[in-house]
Amino acid sequence: MNKPVERLYNGIVKENPVFVMMLGMCPTLAVTSSAINGAGMGLTTTVVLTLSNMMIAALRKLIPNRVRIPAFIVVVATFVTLVQMLLQAYIPSLNKSLGIYIPLIVVNCIILGRAEAYASKNKVIPSMFDGLGMGLGFTIALTLIGLFREILGNGTAFNVTVMPKVYEPITIFVLAPGAFFVLAFLVAIQNKIRNRKAVNVKLVTSCDAGCAGCASAGICGGHEKQIDGEAVLKEQKQE
Amino acid sequence: MSNLLHVSNSPHVRDKRTTSSIMADVFLALLPASIYGIYNFGAKAAVILIVSTLSAILFEWLYQVLMGQKVTVTDCSAAVTGLLLGMNLSHTVPWWMAVLGSAFAIIIVKQLFGGLGQNFMNPALGARCFLMISFAGQMTSFTYDGVTGATPLSFVKNGALSEVSVKDMFFGGIAGTIGETSALWLLVGALYLVIRKVITLRIPVTYIVTVVLMVTLFGGQGFDIKYIAAHVFGGGLILGAFFMATDYVSSPITVKGQYVYAVCLGVLTAIFRLFGGTAEGVSYSIIICNLLVPLIEKITMPTPFGMGGKQHE
Repeated sequence: MNKPVERLYNGIVKENPVFVMMLGMCPTLAVTSSAINGAGMGLTTTVVLTLSNMMIAALRKLIPNRVRIPAFIVVVATFVTLVQMLLQAYIPSLNKSLGIYIPLIVVNCIILGRAEAYASKNKVIPSMFDGLGMGLGFTIALTLIGLFREILGNGTAFNVTVMPKVYEPITIFVLAPGAFFVLAFLVAIQNKIRNRKAVNVKLVTSCDAGCAGCASAGICGGHEKQIDGEAVLKEQKQE
Repeated sequence: MSNLLHVSNSPHVRDKRTTSSIMADVFLALLPASIYGIYNFGAKAAVILIVSTLSAILFEWLYQVLMGQKVTVTDCSAAVTGLLLGMNLSHTVPWWMAVLGSAFAIIIVKQLFGGLGQNFMNPALGARCFLMISFAGQMTSFTYDGVTGATPLSFVKNGALSEVSVKDMFFGGIAGTIGETSALWLLVGALYLVIRKVITLRIPVTYIVTVVLMVTLFGGQGFDIKYIAAHVFGGGLILGAFFMATDYVSSPITVKGQYVYAVCLGVLTAIFRLFGGTAEGVSYSIIICNLLVPLIEKITMPTPFGMGGKQHE
């Protein structure tokens, strides 16, 4: 797989920021009371994420390591301000319904996380696709959550009535607790699908904890051994 | 060899009582008030009670079968949850709301957290609050004798204390949810539970006394018997205090903790009723205090004999 496609797949499916990495929970739970709000928040974040990733990747050799976090924040804040002004000018309704959560994109952990983990170490083009993939993954997740909440709690989808007239909207779903219910169910469902996949894949790891967080990975050279996922699962069941 | 040695781990104290027998006792104790509710509100109340009880049992069975777990519906706990939920609904709600409530109580509040013994809040009350938030209109419309009426607590809230009759509240001739109206029949059930030693009076009495104290101090009416009686008998306090605050799973096991828990309940209920937006506050205060239980147990953990005092070097 070539790099851009791999980055997009990584952001949307493999490391989906909401369903897999559980990042950006604040906007995820707060603004998804309708599908349009979810999509609007997701797309706004995508724009900021893509642009900031590109900018940070371009500046990565100029930013001193010690002050990188403030430097990232300045870059992100610049783009957030730009996007917010554009929203105020052209889509005031969305700007109004998202409210404080647009300025809060500055401290969105997905954006800082991608800057720190990817953009500051990679070239401009892959970083752009990384931001785009993560942003789209975030958008899809938020739209899905918003869609379920809107259908159950209001009987509409994208402001169009979809449920029959006899359907009594379960108001709790457009309120804060509903966000937790829907998120939990979506994560549970996709974990179920993912785990089934994981069983069939031969996992590659070195020791139990894996090389990623291991301090002595350099010394042991990452002795990788093949583990048969199915056999491991069987063993666990027997225990 | 294995036939000779009968040694097991502690505890060595044995009792004939089982989960099923306790749950059956609670179910029996709820029956007088339920039957009175049916007499009071008519056939619609019976439909709600039966639907909520049966659907709770059905959802428990369904979940356990689908998840490949051991089926434990015969322990009656689901039936108790369903009946309690039904008693907490107005008889005017549509039947599917009772089904939805039972599904929420059993699947989300109880089974997803590990089933009986693991649920962190009372399933019936969790479901009642879920329905309350979702369908505020239907959940708070009460009728009595075919006339839409306010509950005694909403009369009190609106300053119409003269509309309230203490006798009616005690015997149950008032508007309200199916199971909460008759203090008399609830107390009969509670007495049975106390005699059978299923519950102790610690939590309910402390709870009610705290509410009375708080209402006397902050209600603005002083020690007015009628006003206090409206707070004790006019809402869900008796039902909540004897049957739901004492739920084994979601109340503290330490004696000191039970007092702390009951005082918290009383303070919260009085605050919700006196200063909150709604007339009733029992169900929210019970589920909030259910969440406090692990902390309460932590600070009231008894010291084992020989472990107390300062450690000597």
